Amino acid sequence: MNRHLLFLLPLATLALMAGFFAWSLLAGRDPASIGSVLVGRPAPRLEVKALREAEPPLTDALLKSGKPVIVNFFASWCTPCLAEHPLFARLAERDGAVIIGIAWKNKPEEARAWLKRLGDPYKFAGADLEGRTGLDWGLSGVPETYLVDGQGIVRRHFRGPITERDVNETIMPFLKGAK
Amino acid sequence: MIPELGHFALILALAVALVQGTLPLLGAARGDDRLMALGRTAALTQALLVIVAFGALTQAYVTSDFSVANVVANSHSAKPLLYKISGVWGNHEGSMLLWALILALFGAAVAIFGAGLPDTLRSRVLAIQALIGVGFLAFLLFTSNPFERVSPPPLDGNGLNPLLQDPGLAFHPPLLYLGYVGFSVTYAFGIAALLEGRVDAAWARWVRPWTLAAWCFLTLGIALGSWWAYYILGWGGFWFWDPVENASLMPWLAGTALLHSAIVVEKRDALKSWTVLLAILAFSLSLLGTFLVRSGVLTSVHAFAQDPARGMFILAFLLLVTGGGLALYAWRAPQLQGGGLFQPVSREGALILNNLLLCTLAATVLLGTLYPLFLDLLTGNKVSVGPPFFNATFVPICAPLFAALCVGPLLNWKRAELWPALMKLRLAFIVSIVAAIVAATAIDSRATLAAVAFGFGVWLIAGSLAGFVERVWNGRLRTLPRSFIGMTIAHAALGVVVLGSVGTAAWNTELIKTMKPGDTAAFAGFDVKLDRIENLQGPNYIAERATLSLSVDGKPYTVLTPERRLFTVQRRQVAETSIHTNLLRDIYATLGEGGAEGGWVIRLYYNPLAPWIWLGAALCALGGFVSLSDRRLRIGAPSRTRVLTQPAE
Repeated sequence: MNRHLLFLLPLATLALMAGFFAWSLLAGRDPASIGSVLVGRPAPRLEVKALREAEPPLTDALLKSGKPVIVNFFASWCTPCLAEHPLFARLAERDGAVIIGIAWKNKPEEARAWLKRLGDPYKFAGADLEGRTGLDWGLSGVPETYLVDGQGIVRRHFRGPITERDVNETIMPFLKGAK
Repeated sequence: MIPELGHFALILALAVALVQGTLPLLGAARGDDRLMALGRTAALTQALLVIVAFGALTQAYVTSDFSVANVVANSHSAKPLLYKISGVWGNHEGSMLLWALILALFGAAVAIFGAGLPDTLRSRVLAIQALIGVGFLAFLLFTSNPFERVSPPPLDGNGLNPLLQDPGLAFHPPLLYLGYVGFSVTYAFGIAALLEGRVDAAWARWVRPWTLAAWCFLTLGIALGSWWAYYILGWGGFWFWDPVENASLMPWLAGTALLHSAIVVEKRDALKSWTVLLAILAFSLSLLGTFLVRSGVLTSVHAFAQDPARGMFILAFLLLVTGGGLALYAWRAPQLQGGGLFQPVSREGALILNNLLLCTLAATVLLGTLYPLFLDLLTGNKVSVGPPFFNATFVPICAPLFAALCVGPLLNWKRAELWPALMKLRLAFIVSIVAAIVAATAIDSRATLAAVAFGFGVWLIAGSLAGFVERVWNGRLRTLPRSFIGMTIAHAALGVVVLGSVGTAAWNTELIKTMKPGDTAAFAGFDVKLDRIENLQGPNYIAERATLSLSVDGKPYTVLTPERRLFTVQRRQVAETSIHTNLLRDIYATLGEGGAEGGWVIRLYYNPLAPWIWLGAALCALGGFVSLSDRRLRIGAPSRTRVLTQPAE
């Protein structure tokens, strides 16, 4: 009997592998996504000049207010940022989300003009002209978005523009759950 | 009109394949000669029909018939003729048609050359081959029809992926497929043997030439792919442990193991169920590779034609072929009677060691390739498994394999003495130790492991030649079988590949520098001067070309002209490296981003022994072909009775 089981081993291995393959195909997983090392860890330092004139600089305290916040890096020269902008506008207006926007490697006057033209969804806005803050946050480009809970822990990291699906499936539950 | 003819031929081919896949099986079970004879006719007809279909698609490409959707998506009227033709298989539908074509051609080859096979075995092999064909033809016709029309036809096409517009890659897929699909014949032989419940020396002798042929093509295909990656990706590397490369390496390793285990079946009537398993696995791993490359479950630097929907189909097909084969194996293989026990120190003992190590290597590659997928699904963690893993696992397993490789052929069958075999190798041993010491002291004193690997390379060459020289010394050159000469070439060629890899990976020097025209740099004993950067107009691209002149002590040595091409239709950039080789080393230059203000990024690599990697691989395949030309191994030559009367060596 044992001898027969041995001969079943290749088939069993195949079944196991095929199971994983089917799972992978059905889950619609994106093998190109590389994840983020920040998820589950305290958010990096936040210390950046305000984008809007006559506002105090942004600090870590904003991330530990007890309320969940969304941190969004953007730039006026970035086309995908334009694409995701209406979603942030809606999140701020309809859902009352606290969104921190950081203009990355972007001249403050240009970023301000961009927000003036499109509407400003950011409760707090920072200007990271040299990209120092972006470096601290492990940015690979703009736009990138982080969901930070009330205790200052990063819960989710999006590389590239967020989509309607991200808002419905991830961001809304996060905002509700973390409250 | 012609595309419709192609489409129609493909439908007919599917119908013929259905007949070929069923009636001969029935005939073999019932002993009906007429039904069995149908297999050969059907195999030839099917091949003819698929040739017509393939010819029709090729015609559409050559004449740039933009009423065919596939041509629109992958060709362009301004493309050189070679790439119009290679465009036929440079896309998903066309490459599947090429699969089906090679599959049908192998079936026809079995029908033609398999005259000496017993009727039942031949009918079953042809039927299994046809059933695989049914899968591919159905896949083509139902999900990936290459003959689909567009109306109205556009004025011009979208062009071929620029990375694929390269002579190396034009022939890479056909060679690779000849290898992959060639293993379908060994698979069919394996399944037929399980159905017959009979694996003997004759079976092993019949299956070996097909394995050898597929193996040779696969070797060439992999080498060509690696060469392409070397000069087009512009990183100076030749093997990246990318999933696509691993996908082709796994069937190669299993096929190599099969080549060796089939000898044990032939000579000693042992290792039967193991050999049948390898025959099934070699093809299964080829299909697995196709699945991994095309389904998009893994990411890869040069994966193309990815589509999850097709992935499901290929997975189902993989499950049917591999699962069916392995289920049959689990059911029937235990009944195969194994041969007697044998001594660990003997030729067959050495071949078993070879099989164990080769299969461990294949399993290592499989694990390394799939681990990121498993981990991501189970835990959500993203990892990438790359060179550090394979260098730490794959390379050490090669060491005992290489060490034993030279000893095995010198051992006798059944019972051998280790010491006399080792004594024959004493000179080879001394030479390789000296080579390693020289490498460690004179070439690069930091790279100790590289020196050891270099010693292994020399050992493989010297050790393989030792057995050859001994036989010639004894005046047996005239009677030396070609299979022995082929083996010597292939084994020594592996050493050449090892030397090339060590030189390129461990002893290379590189220089990355921002240069403006007129700037000079010192590199690997040469004075390099960037003479000029100019713009060129190619047939379907525009390019920036750097002219670098290399001189030694003021004397001009050579001129390198790396380019950066922008393919206008696809708006894609491709680096065109410039390589100067003297067969002992490559000087390799690429042109990076830049402009007149800041200068251009120039990369220079000095890769000692780099050409030996591909030279060795080509020699390896040559050894296989020489062995294939051996009278005793000729495809389909021996009949069962003749084989049994032949004395064992």
